[in-house]
Amino acid sequence: MWSFILRRLLYNVPVYLGILLLVMGLLRVRNPVYAYLGKNADEKQIAQLEESFGLNDPFIVQYGRFLWKGLRLDFGESWKYQGTTVREKLLASIPPSMSITVPALILTSVISITVGLMSSFYRGRWIDRLLVIAAVLGMSISFLVYIIFGQFFGAFLPKQMGLEWWPLEIGGSFDLWFSMSSFSVFGLRVPYPDINAMTWVKFCLLPVLISVIVSMGYDTRFYRAVMVEECNRDYIITARAKGATKRKIMFVHMLKNAMIPIITRIMTTLPFLITGSILLEMYFNIPGMGRTLITAITDMDYPMIQGFTAVIALLYILSIILTDVLYALVDPRVRLS
Amino acid sequence: MIQRAASNAEPILTVRNLTTRFRTDLGLVTAVDDVSFDVAAGETLGIVGESGCGKTVTSKSIMRLLPEQVTRIDPKSRILFKGVNLATADEAAMRSIRGDKIAMIFQEPMTSLNPVFRVGWQIDEALKYHTTLNRAQRRARTIEMLRLVEIPNPERRVDEYPHQLSGGMRQRVMIAIALCCEPDILIADEPTTALDVTIQAQILNLMEGLKRKLNTAIVLITHNLGVVAQVCDRVIVMYAGRIIETGSVHDIFHRPQHPYTQALLESIPKRGRREHGKRLPTIPGIVPSLHDLPSHCRFADRCRYKQDKCIAAEPDLIETGDGRAYRCFYPLNQAPAAPTVGAR
Ligand SMILES: Nc1ncnc2c1ncn2[C@@H]1O[C@H](COP(=O)(O)OP(=O)(O)O)[C@@H](O)[C@H]1O
Ligand SMILES: [Mg+2]
Repeated sequence: MWSFILRRLLYNVPVYLGILLLVMGLLRVRNPVYAYLGKNADEKQIAQLEESFGLNDPFIVQYGRFLWKGLRLDFGESWKYQGTTVREKLLASIPPSMSITVPALILTSVISITVGLMSSFYRGRWIDRLLVIAAVLGMSISFLVYIIFGQFFGAFLPKQMGLEWWPLEIGGSFDLWFSMSSFSVFGLRVPYPDINAMTWVKFCLLPVLISVIVSMGYDTRFYRAVMVEECNRDYIITARAKGATKRKIMFVHMLKNAMIPIITRIMTTLPFLITGSILLEMYFNIPGMGRTLITAITDMDYPMIQGFTAVIALLYILSIILTDVLYALVDPRVRLS
Repeated sequence: MIQRAASNAEPILTVRNLTTRFRTDLGLVTAVDDVSFDVAAGETLGIVGESGCGKTVTSKSIMRLLPEQVTRIDPKSRILFKGVNLATADEAAMRSIRGDKIAMIFQEPMTSLNPVFRVGWQIDEALKYHTTLNRAQRRARTIEMLRLVEIPNPERRVDEYPHQLSGGMRQRVMIAIALCCEPDILIADEPTTALDVTIQAQILNLMEGLKRKLNTAIVLITHNLGVVAQVCDRVIVMYAGRIIETGSVHDIFHRPQHPYTQALLESIPKRGRREHGKRLPTIPGIVPSLHDLPSHCRFADRCRYKQDKCIAAEPDLIETGDGRAYRCFYPLNQAPAAPTVGAR
C-alpha cells in the first residue's frame, strides 16, 4: 500500500512541475513589469523593477527560485495589497471557502446517497419514479436561478416583510462570522477560523442550502444509476440464491461495490472544497479562494495568480492521488495488481 | 403428463403445470408453459434444449429468483417441496430454503461471485444464514468445503478475492457455497458452458463425486447433450417453453422419439471424428419468438418430418409408461409394442 502511494506521488511530480512551468511561462509572455507599472513607466523604473523581480536572471533560475520559495509557500508580496504576502491572502481565503463547501458536500453526499439507495431499493415503484422526476426537474434549472430565487425568497423577502427574527442574510462582513486565530509550527503561522455559529447560520446557511439543492439532482441520479447497475449484476442473484435478505443484499453486497464509483465521485469534487464555488462566492460576497483568484486575475496581480494557481494545481493532483488510494482500499482488484 | 422418477426413490421436488409469464413492452409472454416433472432424491436430472427454450426460467421459477415486477407464475402452478408450494410461498419461507435446501450455481463463474468480498466470506455468509455454527466452526467448515471442491491450498485461498482465482476455481467456489449447507437439490444452470473443455470435465467429475458423497439431487441445465451423457440419469428436453420429450439417458440417446431430440443428438461434437473445416450439423431455423408462438406444433417449422397434421394442431405430451414421454404426432424409434396413449 505504501509503495503504491509513493509510486503515485512520484509519477505526479513531473506533472506538477510541468504545470508550474506552464503558468510561469504564460505569465512572462509579456514583461510582468508593465502589468505592475502600467504604460507610462520610464526606462529607469523598468530597469530597477526588472532587477528587483529577478527578471534578468535566466528563466530556469527564476523557475528554480519560484520552486524553492514555493516549498515554504513563499510567493512574495501581493502587488495590489502592498505589504500583504500572497501566503497570508491564501491562508485567509481557504476558511471562508471551506465554511461553505465542506458542509455542502457532506449534506449533499449524505442526502443523495440515501435518496439513491431508497430509489434503487424501491426501483420501479411510485416512490422511485417520484424521486427520479424530482431529480430531473432539479437539475434542469440553472445555478443562477437558484441563487437569485434563493436570495430573494431566502433573505430579501423575509426582511422586507419585517420578520425580525429571520436569520439569513446575503453577504456580510467576513470578520463578523469568523475571526482568525493562529498557532505556529516551525515558524510558519497557521491560521484557523474561530467560527461563530450564529453568524455562520446568518451568512453561510443560505449558500450552503443552494449549493446542496443544485448538486442534489445530478448526484441523486448518478448514485441511483450506479446502484441500479450494481443490482443487475450476477453476484446479486448469487446472494439471493444463498438466502440473503433484500436488506443484506442492498446494504452489504450492492453498497460495497457501489462505493467504488461513489468514492471516486466525491473525491473528484474535493479540490472544489478548498477552491470554493466561484459563482456562490461572487454572489454572496464570500472572500474565499475562488473569488480572491478571480479578483487577482482582473487586477493583474501576478504573484497572487502564480501562488494561487500553484496551490490549486497541487490540491487537484493530491485529490487524484487520494482517489486512487481510496479506490485501492475498497476495490481489491486494484489493490493487488 | 406426470413423470415418475426412474429410480424408486420418492420424488423430493414435484413440479406441476409450471407456467411462467413475463410482462414485456410487447405484451405478456409465456416463457415456461405447463411444465411438469419430478426430481428424485439423489438423482441427476438433465434439462436440455437450445438457448432460449426456458431452462433458466424454469430453474429460477423454482428458486423464485425472477424479477418480481415483471414475472407472473401462474396460480395453478405447483412446485411442491417438503409439503410447501414454492410457487406461492412467501419471501421469508423462500429465503430459508434458498441456499439451505435448494442451492443454485450459474453459468458465469467470472461474475457470479461478489468481487469485493473474500471467497471465504462468501461461503461463510451462507453458513451464517442457515446454520447455528459459531465463527470458528464456520471458518473450519469453509476451509473444509474448499478442500472438498478440490481447491489446492484452501487455508490460503480462503482469504483471497475472486479475481485471484481462475474461472474453474471460481466455479468450484460457487459449488462450495452451494453445497456448504448440504442441500437436497443443487440446480446447476449451464455450470460448465463458460469454461474450457478440460476444466468442464473436471467440474462435472467433481459434481458427480460430491453428489454421491452428499446424496444431493442435481438438476443439470445445459444445451450440451454431451454433458448430459456424462452425468445424468434422466433427461428432460425442452423446446420453446414446453417439455417435448423425457426419458432415461439411455433411451434419449439410443431411441430419441422427438425429431428435435434427434436433431440435438446429431449436433453433439464427436471426439476424433471432427474433420477440419467441416462444421457440425446445426438445426436449421431458430426457436420461435415467444411473442409469436404458433398454435400448432412449436417445432414443426424446423422439422424434417413435418406433415399436414403438424401445422394443424399441437400434440399433447404422451406418456408411454416406462418413464418416457414425447410431444409429437409421428414419434421416431417406436418400441415394437404399440405405445399406450396417455392422459390428456
Ligand atoms: N425477465 C424477462 N422478461 C422477458 N422475457 C424473459 C425474461 N427472462 C427470460 N425471458 C425470455 O424467456 C425465454 C426463456 O429464457 P431462458 O430460460 O433464459 O432460456 P434458456 O433455455 O436459454 O435458459 C427467452 O425467450 C427469454 O427471452
Ligand atoms: Mg439459460
